[in-house]
Amino acid sequence: MSSRELILGRVRRALADVPRDDTPYEQAVPRGYLREHGDRSVAETVDLLAENLADYRAIVHRCAAGELAATVAGLLAAHGSASVVVPAGLDETWLAATEVTRVPDRAEDTSAELDRVDSVVTGCAVAIAETGTLVLDGGPDQGRRRITLVPDHHICVVRVPGQVVSSVPQALERLDPARPLTWISGPSATSDIELDRVEGVHGPRTLEVVLVSGG
Amino acid sequence: MSGTFVGMPAFPEAAHEAVNNPTLRANLRHATHTIRAKRAVAVSELDDWAALREAGKQIKDHTLRHLDRYLVQLEESVTAAGGVVHWAADADEANRIVVELVRATGESEVVKVKSMATQEIGLNEALEAAGIRAYETDLAELIVQLGKDRPSHILVPAIHRNRGEIRDIFAREMSEWGRPAPEGLTDTPAELAEAARLHLREKFLRAKVGVSGANFMVAETGTMMVVESEGNGRMCLTLPETLISVVGIEKTVPTWQDLEVFLQTLPRSSTAERMNPYTSMWTGTTDSDTADGPRTFHLVLIDNGRTDTLADEVGRQALRCIRCSACLNVCPVYERAGGHAYGSVYPGPIGAILSPQLRGTESEIDASLPYASSLCGACYDVCPVAIDIPEVLVHLRERIAEGGQVTRKGNKVVLKPAKGHAAERAAMRAARWAFGHPGALRTGQRLASRTRRFHPRTLPGPGRAWSDTRDLPAVPAEPFRDWWQRTRGGKDVPK
Repeated sequence: MSSRELILGRVRRALADVPRDDTPYEQAVPRGYLREHGDRSVAETVDLLAENLADYRAIVHRCAAGELAATVAGLLAAHGSASVVVPAGLDETWLAATEVTRVPDRAEDTSAELDRVDSVVTGCAVAIAETGTLVLDGGPDQGRRRITLVPDHHICVVRVPGQVVSSVPQALERLDPARPLTWISGPSATSDIELDRVEGVHGPRTLEVVLVSGG
Repeated sequence: MSGTFVGMPAFPEAAHEAVNNPTLRANLRHATHTIRAKRAVAVSELDDWAALREAGKQIKDHTLRHLDRYLVQLEESVTAAGGVVHWAADADEANRIVVELVRATGESEVVKVKSMATQEIGLNEALEAAGIRAYETDLAELIVQLGKDRPSHILVPAIHRNRGEIRDIFAREMSEWGRPAPEGLTDTPAELAEAARLHLREKFLRAKVGVSGANFMVAETGTMMVVESEGNGRMCLTLPETLISVVGIEKTVPTWQDLEVFLQTLPRSSTAERMNPYTSMWTGTTDSDTADGPRTFHLVLIDNGRTDTLADEVGRQALRCIRCSACLNVCPVYERAGGHAYGSVYPGPIGAILSPQLRGTESEIDASLPYASSLCGACYDVCPVAIDIPEVLVHLRERIAEGGQVTRKGNKVVLKPAKGHAAERAAMRAARWAFGHPGALRTGQRLASRTRRFHPRTLPGPGRAWSDTRDLPAVPAEPFRDWWQRTRGGKDVPK
């Protein structure tokens, strides 16, 4: 007998007490919890996102669509970046104002090559206000998971209010489980030493979020 | 479970040592009290916490009650998404499967993201025996691994170490494993984290094989999920060519939507954050033209005592555990005894009910664990999936003292009453009789009061084991019932 059959057989014998007509899933799981917490206007939801991002030490900037290129260029310059990884489908106008060397996100490039790049600029799939979370789903303006991981500086552009939801349940509704997903809440952090929070262990130590309106 | 803990003394001896270590107690007290207070704030932000907790409990219970169906569905979904599913009945089989999978890649080292399941089965030791080096990449796990130590907390495995001890371990040991610690390393947490970053980055960038666990597996979609803070998890899940995930069968949930409950309750219960810094979700492997992440994905589903636990109608609720560790941080016993005293990778209240069920109660340490509690119930109050830990503790105590039918490796066996509990059983029988005979009880109480000057400080005979670790309560000068009759509840006592 294979271990698969062995384990499934043990499970079935262990559940001898469960009646055949046990409550089906739809009725067994009460969904009485809230779809979002609090009653906010759209503008207040965006404010809450900014507040919660900053609370977990992301650096938040806000600008209008027309100022985005200048904002991104300014952030790269302020960080002293000489090179930036660019996902294949990133809106070219976002980087129109910077001279920094562009490195395309290509599958054949090694992790070590990526490690030598200073910054990465991406969009996102959805942002969650209540938790201060950015979700990346590998879309054309976000690229592979590793490009937002290996470089030490990540600039993430969020279109507000279109890409912002209030809560975790609302975010999951918008996401496709078949895509590789990365949820980011503030920069990399650890609390493993006496529970003192230290930013930046293995992921980017600096996370800058640009909330761009009117795009 | 792991061979690491073989020969562990029973809980009372191990705890005795820990309680007499002032550094350990100070480290633990600081950590548990800090996180306890933060958790209460994080939870109070959600005014539907009770409803989320109930939903989490029901999702896990429903899944466990139909686990055969959901496991088959999970296997189909993972396979359809390009993953390969393996089944392991016990720790040895799981280790054998992983060793073979690593060997097939031709590699001799793997990077690991922290995983309770692989600690439980002793995977690192098995890999080492096969000539494969496993690098732990979570900062706390790194501290434990470099310190040749054992984890003492589910979430913060090095909770028992302070910054000075960590500095010393890094300075002494890092060069043995790769890049040495920087010259003049101080004990500030930021510098220590930086040293770990440098030490591990060279390993991440060359790693070809990653090993992980998973917090949840979605049967409907085949999606795996890992929550973490540092980014070491993302490194292990994303950069290697081959990913091997070793996961207990109880980590299954039916649907994608179910994650909305646990993504709210798990971070707030464990690190007391609104959300942990990083969560990764992946479903099999992606097509080669959009390749993102490992090209090969193996899922090793492990039983290792879980189906035996499932067979116990009272004890099976322990399998709802989502490993948040909130119960450790509120436990007065854990706070004083520390995690090592539990002799298992699962310490604290959840460990006290999980380990004796996964491993059976044959060993001295496992038979002692259900007694490692004051039954205060704080663990039940904070549990985000409402595991009634005190109920299971009492249930296991009864099984140990009285014996009875249990399931071991899928077979029903009858346990004999444990040795060393004869006095307890006799005392309980006597108590039952006395409470059923009020006249005898009254006479006995009066006799006890009148002879109280002659009572010994410790009990003789088999009762000595009990009184060795406890102060005997002083018998009052007058039985309560006599006092009540005389004074009518204190009303007649002159002021």
